Amino acid sequence: MPFGLLKYGLTKKYPAKHHFTPEKALKKHYDVVIIGGGGHGAAIAYNLAKYHGVTNVAILEKSYLGGGNTARNTAVIRSNYLTESGVNFYSESVKLYNNLSNEFNYNVMMESRGQLTLAHSDAAIRSFRWRAEVNQHLGVRSELVDRQSIAELVPNLNMSEDARYPIMAGLWHADGATARHDAVAWGYAKGACDRGVELHQLTEVEDIIIANGRVNGVKTNRGTIHCGAVVQAVAGASSIVAKKAGIALPIHCYPLQAMVTQPYKPILTPHVSSPQVHVYVHQTSRGEFVIGGGSDPYPLYNTRATLDQRETLSAAALELFPFLTQARLLRQWAGITDMTPDYSPIMGLSPVKNYFLDAGWGTWGFKATPICGVTMAALIATGKVPDLIKPFELERFYRFEQINEAGATAASH
Amino acid sequence: MKLLSCPLNGLRNISEFTYGGEYHPTPDHQTTSSRDWAEHVFFHDNTAGIVIEWWCHTPSSFWFLAERNTLTDEVVRTFTPDELYTKSIIQHETKPETTP
Repeated sequence: MPFGLLKYGLTKKYPAKHHFTPEKALKKHYDVVIIGGGGHGAAIAYNLAKYHGVTNVAILEKSYLGGGNTARNTAVIRSNYLTESGVNFYSESVKLYNNLSNEFNYNVMMESRGQLTLAHSDAAIRSFRWRAEVNQHLGVRSELVDRQSIAELVPNLNMSEDARYPIMAGLWHADGATARHDAVAWGYAKGACDRGVELHQLTEVEDIIIANGRVNGVKTNRGTIHCGAVVQAVAGASSIVAKKAGIALPIHCYPLQAMVTQPYKPILTPHVSSPQVHVYVHQTSRGEFVIGGGSDPYPLYNTRATLDQRETLSAAALELFPFLTQARLLRQWAGITDMTPDYSPIMGLSPVKNYFLDAGWGTWGFKATPICGVTMAALIATGKVPDLIKPFELERFYRFEQINEAGATAASH
Repeated sequence: MKLLSCPLNGLRNISEFTYGGEYHPTPDHQTTSSRDWAEHVFFHDNTAGIVIEWWCHTPSSFWFLAERNTLTDEVVRTFTPDELYTKSIIQHETKPETTP
């Protein structure tokens, strides 16, 4: 046992340090204002402070740190996408995730347990073969696997040929992983605050001040701030915030629901998803089975849980894992996903000068957190759009150059 | 199960309906630039509040409009498109094409 820890535990007055900015008044001016204190906002602040020396930065969060979609996603990390732009972008993110605990000196509980997507039809096998080829070409570990390999990877999966949709093959993604989503936001925010960034919680942006096509401040419920640049990272409210800056976005908000069972001993190692029965299941390190992937059938800004989704998700999960019949559900919840027409994010410049967009994160935002922090911070600090995110600019919709990311969601398509 | 009132078929389960997107007046086919078309096709108001949107009763293929609150999921009313469309949006050429 490390003696430092023992000594720390026995000290009468814990020498605990505040991780984040203690409550304080807003300054009149910041170089950069980040709207949204989730994983993305904190990651942008961290990279600005650590790698670009930009420390006069405020993160404005209307609620509390990491309390929005950072807390609501199901913490899946993977890079087995289909488009070249998508695969390159997400695989960089997975690489950063693998080193994130070291980078922070803070445990984000990264576990590379692999991800298995199931094919129940010839068409699915064809598209998986395509994805595996694209992935391998770009250095991502993906391969088409047969029924026998699936049974070895996931011994308790229902491999019956009499099932409604028998499993025919799978796409095995050894790089697939999971991490503690709260810790990712906390690690980034702590690292940013240690370097001078201010995190202001319970601070809501009410309006964005623009003069001559250029942003120069924000009005908040705690007063007006002037600033050189603004970036919005507010998944689930992107259209609402962008509208304050006079920017329209190609986004529709849909609730995405998930639920967890009571905890069990570890029996499921990889993350398993089925686009055919619309569900994905994995077991957390706490032992709970996460059952996810149910998008509501029409747009809504409401995180209520519905009986409809509970039924369809349960039915689909039981089809894959019949042993869950006796499991009790502990929680069901929803997050608001910003769905774009091409299932790719909207990152980079906006029509307003010095106002940057980090939006359109649909169901793929958590896994992109580290690379998003790196690229957006580089853009804000240098004014130059990094090649990795150039394809995701808002302007692509006007040029009819969408990035059709059919590998975007684990449970749909 | 949530219910939705179809102007043709009355109150039905919401699973019988398909969401068809926000209502926006159709741009003029003759004069709209490709930039404005892109905006019409891809961009959304995505309003948090009461919106007008298209719905289809799938079994009968009947399209209609609904006023719905996207914060509370309450449907204010449903109505047929003839309230908003008083004439055909297809503009017929006035001069027949002549071959030179």
